Amino acid sequence: MIYLQLFLSYLKIGFFGFGGGYAMISLIQNEIVVKHNWLSAMELTDIVAISQMTPGPIAINCATYVGYTVTGNVWGSLLATFAVCLPPLTIMTAITIFYRRLHNNHIVKSALTWMRPVMTGMIGAAALMFLNRETFVDWVSIVIFAVSFVAIWKKFNPILLLVLAAMAGILIY
Amino acid sequence: MLWELFWTFFKLGTFTFGSGYAMIPMIEREVVDRKKWFDREDFYNQFTLAQSAPGPFALNTAVFVGYKMKGWWGSLVAVLGVSISPFVIILLIAIYLSGFSTNPIVEAAFKGIRPAVIAMIAVPFITMMKGFKWYFIALALSVAVVVWLTGISPIWFLLAGAAVGVSAAISGKKRGEVKQ
Repeated sequence: MIYLQLFLSYLKIGFFGFGGGYAMISLIQNEIVVKHNWLSAMELTDIVAISQMTPGPIAINCATYVGYTVTGNVWGSLLATFAVCLPPLTIMTAITIFYRRLHNNHIVKSALTWMRPVMTGMIGAAALMFLNRETFVDWVSIVIFAVSFVAIWKKFNPILLLVLAAMAGILIY
Repeated sequence: MLWELFWTFFKLGTFTFGSGYAMIPMIEREVVDRKKWFDREDFYNQFTLAQSAPGPFALNTAVFVGYKMKGWWGSLVAVLGVSISPFVIILLIAIYLSGFSTNPIVEAAFKGIRPAVIAMIAVPFITMMKGFKWYFIALALSVAVVVWLTGISPIWFLLAGAAVGVSAAISGKKRGEVKQ
């Protein structure tokens, strides 16, 4: 049963995963943290961090991790990862085949135009949901957040930033 | 050819860190400049569609490149190639580091990392709204707050957005207001 739930959850995340990794975090939170309680918001924050520092898309990294922790074996991991790969293998193949018709189609364009603010909002929701007493433990957290915000805004390398934040954490806590 | 495709995407999957966008210049160099599988314009056109399609963007790119090279099998092999390294690496982390939060040094490191991760997500939220019309900004902010507070699945908002977009396009066409 848990395998079926896992498969369906990640299938949903894949099929509605519009707007890139950060927007997808909101879907992952909704399925994994809010609906199924497979992870806490804090654990998911850690996975996003690990995902940034290892190769591969966030959705795949997260599927592999959650698949393993929820079932306790490699098959769960494989199943969840496979579920995330299915939408690209089906929808994107169809899009590739009909590419000439979809390219510049005004209905598709208009739908995507109206979906874009929703995707943006999803990124905002992802940030807000991660913001809690477990991730912001004291004023040092606020300082790290502010410094990181400015750094990312100024296009500082995100991987290097996370490494520096980790070192700051080790030195301070 | 299948082997070459697998190897190309295996390399991309192994050496691309961070977001899928970091992959773009690497893929372009590999499939347009070196292998000459695509001409540049064709690559960019398909690539725009891969960005708009659902699912991880690295996988969508693997699908369209693979399909062009070897049809269905090409897609499958490219997706397999690009996801194998991330899968193995995270699996090892999940297996061997699942008790990692009990280690005080690791826990201290994560205490430092967590606020930085939130900043990393908050910045694109704000930069994406640049150039939005006021009602799109209002829509984005409301989606953020409602999803956060109520826990309603964002899928419903995506579907609603698509529905509004499609009906706007159709009614605009009826009134003869088709604009580029």
